[in-house]
Amino acid sequence: MTQYLLSVHHVEGEPMPSMEEMQPVFEAVDRFNDKLRAEGAWVFAGGLHPISSATTVDATGDEPVVTDGPFAESKEWIGGFWVIEAPDLDAALRWAIEGSRACAGKVEVRPFEGEPSADESA
Amino acid sequence: MGATDEIERIYREEYGRVVASLVRRFGDIDLAEDAAAEALLAAVERWPADGVPPNPGGWLTTTAGNRAIDRIRRESHRDAKHRAALTLMDDSPHRPTGVVTDDRLRLVFTCCHPALAPEVRVALTLRLLGGLTVAEIAQAFLVPETTMAQRITRAKRKIKDARIPYRVPAPEDLTARLSAVLAVVYLVYNEGYLASGAGAPVRGELTGEAIRLGRLLRELLPDTPEVTGLLALMLLTEARSGVRVAGDELVPLPDQDRGGWDRELVAEGHALVRECLARSDRTGIGPGRYQLLAAVNAVHTDAPTAADTDWGQIAALYAQLEVVAPSPIVTLNRAVAVAELDGPEVALATVDRLPLTTYHPWHVTRAELLRRLGRSADARTAYDAAIELAGNRAERAYLSRRRAQLRAE
Repeated sequence: MTQYLLSVHHVEGEPMPSMEEMQPVFEAVDRFNDKLRAEGAWVFAGGLHPISSATTVDATGDEPVVTDGPFAESKEWIGGFWVIEAPDLDAALRWAIEGSRACAGKVEVRPFEGEPSADESA
Repeated sequence: MGATDEIERIYREEYGRVVASLVRRFGDIDLAEDAAAEALLAAVERWPADGVPPNPGGWLTTTAGNRAIDRIRRESHRDAKHRAALTLMDDSPHRPTGVVTDDRLRLVFTCCHPALAPEVRVALTLRLLGGLTVAEIAQAFLVPETTMAQRITRAKRKIKDARIPYRVPAPEDLTARLSAVLAVVYLVYNEGYLASGAGAPVRGELTGEAIRLGRLLRELLPDTPEVTGLLALMLLTEARSGVRVAGDELVPLPDQDRGGWDRELVAEGHALVRECLARSDRTGIGPGRYQLLAAVNAVHTDAPTAADTDWGQIAALYAQLEVVAPSPIVTLNRAVAVAELDGPEVALATVDRLPLTTYHPWHVTRAELLRRLGRSADARTAYDAAIELAGNRAERAYLSRRRAQLRAE
């Protein structure tokens, strides 16, 4: 099994839909989450506050530097994500198709680097 | 032909089978390729002295498999992960049984996976199934070898990291996934048939490779009509390739010496088209894109002279194609048939509406229609645009001569 990050991106300047418009999306995402859990693919998921809530920390120098705002100037940022477990990319892509329909947005699929397996840690 | 040439030929012939079988067993493309290369070295060493074994493909697969196991064992001393891999390894021999279990079929679906960019699919398919070297593929697509090597390396990395499976897709996905595979093969064929760039106008190594892949697909999926259609399309096009260029100039279909067509390929292509038609009648499922294009080519190759061409039939087939796979290019091709049936004026009205200003055949078609309508100045402008956009040397030569003839008219 491989873990995949399914991320949903917001693009700067796109109007934020009203709560009323979002209601069916929330419901669809809930149903999708339930299905992920029921089929054992669920690892973790969550939505994020707007990018204006971000703080960046840089402790690569002598003194940690804390800055208000995102890591990089960007036109888009992650609005939410799922971490799922799937046997291969085909399975992950099928989940991504359902996720994209549910959240009404594009979904990017990326594999996590492999965890050390039981054999290796033994 | 020396012994080494013979070995090279067998190796290329068998490469896809050897690599695909190793990829299934070990789940690692790089390992499979390295082991196949080692098996070639062993063959070059042994065969000239011992003679070519009765089943060279089996010999190469077995030898490469042993080399791969040696390598895993060697590395397992340093790397516990490979020890685990060895115990998990599927040690079953290559199974040539059944259609869907053929290893090459799994691998072609991996190479043409939608998660890979189209140009990457082509390169990987030629590399892993066709056995072309990275240098040959780079040359075929006019990119530097290092660029192509990076592209292929990155793709193999993605297959591994993202776990793109080695699997024939589930029946519900098969049609969509197969169309990506057929598109790759057809693209390779077309690049060979009307080569872009300053090199040879027709590149037999590419058309030949595409036909070989087409035959392989048909062998693996004999009951899939579009697979048969694509093979028929390529064979009927290939049949005309011998007389398609004369004196470094492209010879268009109506001007070709039909006696120079390859009758065997024509016969084989026609038989495949008939097979598709019979199946379509039986199943009630209408023909897809490649079958319709093959049928168009069957009509052309059926005509003893250009004047005998059944344009009504061709127009009808393109009309059907406009329903199945609509595109402005299909409409353009239908208009060429319409010009023969209803005259150039009717055809030009259709052609002028199409959004194809960057597509050189659109300008060629306009030039020819305008010429027939006696609008020489407009035709000249259209030839200029076509020559500017055409990538093929022999086609430019032909168009330039057509343009020069205008002045004399």
